[in-house]
Amino acid sequence: MKFETPATTNPIDQLKIIGKPADRIDGPFKTTGTAPYAYERHDNIANPACGYVVGSAIAKGRIASMDLTAAKTASGVLAIVTADNAGKLAKGNFNFATLLGGPEIEHYHQAIALVVAETFEQARAAAQLVRVDYVKADGAFDLAAVKDSGKPARITGGPADTAVGDFAGAFAAAPVQLDATYTTPDHAHAMMEPHASMAAWDGDKLIVWTSNQMIDWSVGDLAKTLGMPKDKVRLISPFIGGGFGGKLWVRADAMLAALGARAAGRPVKVALTRPMMFNNTVHRPATIQRIRIGATRDGKITAIGHEGWSGNLPGGKPEAAVQATRLLYAGANRMTATRLAVLDLPEGNAMRAPGEAPGMMALEIAIDEMAEKLGLDPIEFRILNDTQVDPEKPERAFSHRPLIACMGLGANRFDWSKRNPRPGQVRDGRSLVGIGMAAAFRNNPVMKSGARVRLDNRGVVVVETDMTDIGTGTYTIIAQTAAEMMGLPLDKIIVRLGDSAFPVSAGSGGQWGANSSTSGVYAACVKLREAVAQKLGFNSTEADFADGQVRSGNRSVPLAQAAGENGIVAEDVMEFGDLGKKYQQSTFGAHFVEVGVDAATAEIRVRRMLAVCAAGRILNPKSARSQVIGAMTMGAGAALMEELTVDKRAGFFVNHDLAGYEVPVHADIPHQDVIFLDETDPMSSPMKAKGVGELGICGVGAAIANAIYNATGVRVRDYPITLDKLLARLPEVA
Amino acid sequence: MRSFTYERANSPAEAAAAAARKQGAKFIAGGTNLLDLMKLEIETPAHLIDVNRLGLDKIEPTADGGLRVGALVRNTDLAADERVRRDYGVLSRALLAGASGQLRNKATTAGNLLQRTRCPYFYDTNQPCNKRQPGSGCAAIGGVSRQHAVIGASEACIATHPSDMAVAMRALDATVETIQADGAARKIPIAEFHRLPGSTPEVETSLAPGELITAVTLPKPVGGKQIYRKVRDRASYAFALVSVAAIVQRDGSGRVALGGVAHKPWRVEAAEAELPRGAKAVTARLLADAKPTHENAFKLLLAERTLGAVLAEARG
Ligand SMILES: Cc1cc2nc3c(=O)[nH]c(=O)nc-3n(C[C@H](O)[C@H](O)[C@H](O)COP(=O)(O)OP(=O)(O)OC[C@H]3O[C@@H](n4cnc5c(N)ncnc54)[C@H](O)[C@@H]3O)c2cc1C
Ligand code: SF4
Repeated sequence: MKFETPATTNPIDQLKIIGKPADRIDGPFKTTGTAPYAYERHDNIANPACGYVVGSAIAKGRIASMDLTAAKTASGVLAIVTADNAGKLAKGNFNFATLLGGPEIEHYHQAIALVVAETFEQARAAAQLVRVDYVKADGAFDLAAVKDSGKPARITGGPADTAVGDFAGAFAAAPVQLDATYTTPDHAHAMMEPHASMAAWDGDKLIVWTSNQMIDWSVGDLAKTLGMPKDKVRLISPFIGGGFGGKLWVRADAMLAALGARAAGRPVKVALTRPMMFNNTVHRPATIQRIRIGATRDGKITAIGHEGWSGNLPGGKPEAAVQATRLLYAGANRMTATRLAVLDLPEGNAMRAPGEAPGMMALEIAIDEMAEKLGLDPIEFRILNDTQVDPEKPERAFSHRPLIACMGLGANRFDWSKRNPRPGQVRDGRSLVGIGMAAAFRNNPVMKSGARVRLDNRGVVVVETDMTDIGTGTYTIIAQTAAEMMGLPLDKIIVRLGDSAFPVSAGSGGQWGANSSTSGVYAACVKLREAVAQKLGFNSTEADFADGQVRSGNRSVPLAQAAGENGIVAEDVMEFGDLGKKYQQSTFGAHFVEVGVDAATAEIRVRRMLAVCAAGRILNPKSARSQVIGAMTMGAGAALMEELTVDKRAGFFVNHDLAGYEVPVHADIPHQDVIFLDETDPMSSPMKAKGVGELGICGVGAAIANAIYNATGVRVRDYPITLDKLLARLPEVA
Repeated sequence: MRSFTYERANSPAEAAAAAARKQGAKFIAGGTNLLDLMKLEIETPAHLIDVNRLGLDKIEPTADGGLRVGALVRNTDLAADERVRRDYGVLSRALLAGASGQLRNKATTAGNLLQRTRCPYFYDTNQPCNKRQPGSGCAAIGGVSRQHAVIGASEACIATHPSDMAVAMRALDATVETIQADGAARKIPIAEFHRLPGSTPEVETSLAPGELITAVTLPKPVGGKQIYRKVRDRASYAFALVSVAAIVQRDGSGRVALGGVAHKPWRVEAAEAELPRGAKAVTARLLADAKPTHENAFKLLLAERTLGAVLAEARG
């Protein structure tokens, strides 16, 4: 099915099951420990050998020699895989660094060997006996130091540089100006389940149980890496303990499990240990961002410019921090520029809302700063500069843009009008109290997505798609979609996900998953409805699917009966036309935060949080809310504590475990409110839904930063905002 | 992890003797620190002596009106003990500020005193670290050092001791009781228990090899307001940037020990004479010889302001 014209009324609009807060189908499995994760697929492989990854001890250079003698003879060892004996390996389309290093070393903890043994403990002990001599080379590890060597780099969906009007002239002429530089550090995905895979060979066929967000990309990349045909590789990933973008690609665990299984002649499982994950895999790259805004005295933006610098390994991508600035506010004269320097740190890549998340952390502080310079309320300033068209291409309208409504509703709910706009004025016990807000913005990409649906003679519909559920609720919304389309209750739907034997889906990434994958299921269900109607001799446009029956005129047949002995199967793919080009499709929101800053120690604690989101039709308000509160939590982490600290001499992330890389704990997160605007976006898909999982993180950090400023009068432009950045500048304790 | 042999000791004397007998032996109590370090091969004991069944898990009154806390008393139980909460509030509060509920259920009094630094370079066996591998250098000097010591450090090591409990014990003038391989018992004042790094940062306490901690005794209660204030980036489950253990008497006199600033709980008795003059005066004496790195210089101001808040709370 092709989605080329705005959606009209369709069975989803009945909203009997879609739009209801159904409990997560996978919830009982997860809470009872019966959802099988990759590392524990002993239901398929009774006794796999265990692989342990050896990571490089240097960041750049080469291996002069490797002595495996002691490791090979250690107890239980079955095989050791290194670049020397692995055979020819290619680099996947989505990898910048090779997954098995040697002799060249591209980054710290790059895998250089896999030790396979009977038990995990034996593999780990033997891995520690591998002796490696390195020749170190100088590398670049300090973004600030190499930033000026950065080259123009294309960002997702755009060129390196954009320019409209005369930015320089308009900025110079503007009576009110802001020119400020912001930094965001490297961030780790830090999901609960580590990268883990179990691999087994059957002749020339490979099967890998793994933890992966994008099955089809990864089948392709694993096949390419190993130099084998794609149809000989099968990936299975039904349950994923979080990914946040860190599992969009094949990582060392999957490739080394395959190589280890080949070398050992039996199935092998490999999980990255927690201390290995931070430097071995990928992270959200640090950014340096310069933002310039010029405005008239009454608050109209006349010039807006955003430059972003980031670094990556050679061949890597930039962090597209300027992305939101291209679209969020009006202004006749504008520019963005993206520069990418070479850094020899581990590979930088996508993490939840790549581009917008760090970009909005900077932009939305800048807007707050500018509002203050203008003496305007920050919401009023944003309203004054709202745009209903793409400001770079005014002929392109937004499909739907209720940013002002989000801010208004939020202001109301949060008692924004009671905020004291003068910073450093409100005291509650030990704390200086402040309130801040920021807009939320994230684009709404769509991706081709397929599904197969089978109606059986019990009246049960089985949905199969290689779509993944990374903890987001995919199982549930797909079941809701099929139930709504077929007129069945939820318990008559079985959803099977995450298997490359199933039709190729959108996968989970870029907040396109929910809208795109349910659209694929919608398409398959439309076909199934047609097949059922045809079989019964009904006119398919008139057939009504409800209460487990299909009706036409005064005939009514139970679906189970319609299916017949052999059932009916339908498969389709939803493909998206150019509505996304004709209309700018984005999601919007507003974040409101109250913080308390200890007047003596400058400890910062969030006291209240609210997000108002406009993300099209909300397919399941319960799972959508979970997505948003999780994203708000991650945003609070980015604002207040998350930072991969770089050792700029040795070139690695030093705090490579969860004791050193702090993410919020329960005590850091107060009550969180989430409100969804009741809306649909017919330009987006037949579901009229959009993404929400990434919208929720965009702007949170800035809302917190702005609240801290309101509490203390101290403007911090370098994240994370830790107490040491406030301490010396706190207002006098009353 | 290297393979090791294991035995379960049945009496303190037997445990100490066993430790002397076996080369590379270590005691294991809750295992919450030692096991992690063994997995990473930072600690590589050849033999483990399990001390969990030595009967050292009681809290008993002492003849002079204090409390004797067995070496194996779990942090949770110590924090919850009625006598501790009533008479040694600073200790209970310090314990509850540390780690997490699950960890405190396993962690023991002796293990807590002997937990090792959280310097991230100590945890990465690819990096030079004099404490882990004497003579290899110190990666933290000139490296990432926000958490590290601001006073009492050396050119060999700038690590901190991460315990909260020990800071409170230092303020309370606790005594560590031990038994040595030959069966001789010893009493070590807490002030002399932890060492500064000097040129041998791998030697962290005044315990002799194989010496077993049997108890920690707390002297007769000293009363006063007892406050433990731990400052950190995250609200819970994080080590202290700076912590203050304070016992403040009605007349304004008192005791102050700092955590998060040195290789041991930091207390300078002479500085306490400055208490009537306020936090600035006390920290000026307490941290007089501080040599912070550029990443952790903020700890000096933080210590002063935290102490200021603690004194205000004590007065209030
Ligand atoms: C994630 C995490 C967070 C933490 N956060 C904090 C925190 O915020 N604050 C804090 O204070 N602590 C914190 N800790 C540390 C925790 O308090 C210690 O791990 C614990 O107290 C150690 O006690 P244990 O009984 O488990 O010691 P073990 O691991 O069993 O032993 C530790 C050491 O003590 C030795 N030992 C044990 N018993 C004896 C004895 N009787 N005589 C002689 N030697 C002995 C062992 O040989 C070993 O060297 C944290 C730990 C973790 C893992
Ligand atoms: S500070 Fe001490 S523990 Fe840390 S690297 Fe230096 S020597 Fe090792």
